[in-house]
Amino acid sequence: MLNIRMVFRREMLGFFNSPMAYIFLVIFAVVNGYFFTNTFFLFGQSDLRTLFDIVPLVYLFFIPAISMGLIARENNIGTMEIISTLPLNTYEFVMGKFLAGFSLILLGLAATSIHFFTLMAVGTNVDIGAIFSGYLGLALMGATFTAIGVYSSSVTENQVVAFIIGVFVVLVFYMLDKTLIFVPHSLAGLVQFLAVDYHLSNISRGVIDSRNLVYFFSMIGFFIFLTIQTLEVRRWK
Amino acid sequence: MIKVTDLSKDYGPVEAVKSISFEIQDGEIVGFLGANGAGKTTTLKMITGYLVPTEGKIEVNDLNIIDDTHEIQKQIGYLPELNPLYTEMRVYEYFEFLAGIRNITGRPFKDALARVVENCGLNGVIHKNISECSKGYKQRIGLAAAMIHDPKILILDEPVTGLDPNQIVEIRGLIKKLGKEKLVFMSSHILQEIQATVDRIMIIHEGEIVANGTSDELMSNFMGNVLLNMEIKGGGVESIEHIQAKLPSVKFISMEDLNGIQHVQFEYDKGQDPREELFRYAVDNNWSILKMTPHTTNLEDIFRDLTTEGDINA
Repeated sequence: MLNIRMVFRREMLGFFNSPMAYIFLVIFAVVNGYFFTNTFFLFGQSDLRTLFDIVPLVYLFFIPAISMGLIARENNIGTMEIISTLPLNTYEFVMGKFLAGFSLILLGLAATSIHFFTLMAVGTNVDIGAIFSGYLGLALMGATFTAIGVYSSSVTENQVVAFIIGVFVVLVFYMLDKTLIFVPHSLAGLVQFLAVDYHLSNISRGVIDSRNLVYFFSMIGFFIFLTIQTLEVRRWK
Repeated sequence: MIKVTDLSKDYGPVEAVKSISFEIQDGEIVGFLGANGAGKTTTLKMITGYLVPTEGKIEVNDLNIIDDTHEIQKQIGYLPELNPLYTEMRVYEYFEFLAGIRNITGRPFKDALARVVENCGLNGVIHKNISECSKGYKQRIGLAAAMIHDPKILILDEPVTGLDPNQIVEIRGLIKKLGKEKLVFMSSHILQEIQATVDRIMIIHEGEIVANGTSDELMSNFMGNVLLNMEIKGGGVESIEHIQAKLPSVKFISMEDLNGIQHVQFEYDKGQDPREELFRYAVDNNWSILKMTPHTTNLEDIFRDLTTEGDINA
């Protein structure tokens, strides 16, 4: 546990010692804020649905961008060799990285809460429950995408390649339920279950079903497992 | 103590290390010498647990690298080749991170930090960003990072590459100081650097250890003939031929007459030093010997022989 914390701390220091974190947080807030407030006063509805619709789209590019360097950079500058020769388990290293990336996403999400306060100020009959579940869904989706990003960062030492792989995999899981009409009927259920958007929309509607939670947690677990395997295998080559 | 037995490593079809065995005792400074690509770094990476051997056994203080990787890593300080560093961190933050993973926090960390700062001369840079430090400081930071947990064993992969001569002397001095109480295993492809620092030299060539011993041992094992340069006044071609007849162990190589001084080159077997006899012969014949210098094969020549031919065995 201590080691996960050390890796996490180092990564956060890295984020905030470089312009990375600030650029991310500012742009994340600006993009979401623009698209949300653009229509918020026109629709005149007391909810954050436009925000919850735009954030996943922003995630598609932002999360791979944040996580592309997490492991690829260590491979690239050679610090992986230092990490691998410390008495540190691979899972601790990967978890620390994952949690650092995820925390940055959570910070970004927290910054969007300003819109919640706007809503509380101007709106009527605000459904706090729906907003809570909407944020929960976004957090889970962010964690899933971060896990995918960490994995794509582990397969290469080139951050650009990691970014492209990350966007691609994230996009596949995001688009799956939009391809349902092309999928044979017998497979439709499976494809839909794999689609991240399907589970997000369930949770955002305020239905926190264990099936959706199981989906998110198994996706996170699966990609973290893949990452650990990728790093372990390298030692044997 | 490091004990390596029949260690091999293949990268696909390429055999980087071919069944090497050696032992290093506590308190020894051992230099691992070889051309680029000879298998030095691969061997060090296996000892530090970064790579898993294809075959063979590595024991560090009676622990096995496969079963007790972390236990061994706790006892080893490692400076990888090219000294990778987290350039975006401050120097003390980096040490704090490494120490944290090794469970050194709070008071013990402060003591450890003071120790490495003192040892490696990092006083002025501890609050700087690593990226702002000069190459020499970066190298010292890498070395300090390897020592933050006061390991019994230091493994240094090309610790002075890319440093200027003054910095090299500094780092050398530091390694020597450390070697008094620790086992130091350092690699290099530069002979002078190794020779000036270590107690024992191992030469690796194409994945095999071709020589292992102190520099004196290597010299006496591998030294071939000795070249003797003489400057003689008063001799002539005939007398040189006399010498040949009288001292058959001496082989005449060349002679040149410059302003009445004969510059003569002889060669002799290292075991049969003929200098005394040559001197007496000269006195008997009324020659004046102006110069008599044996040129022994040096380690440099031995290293070149071993790492280009590869068929000379100890």
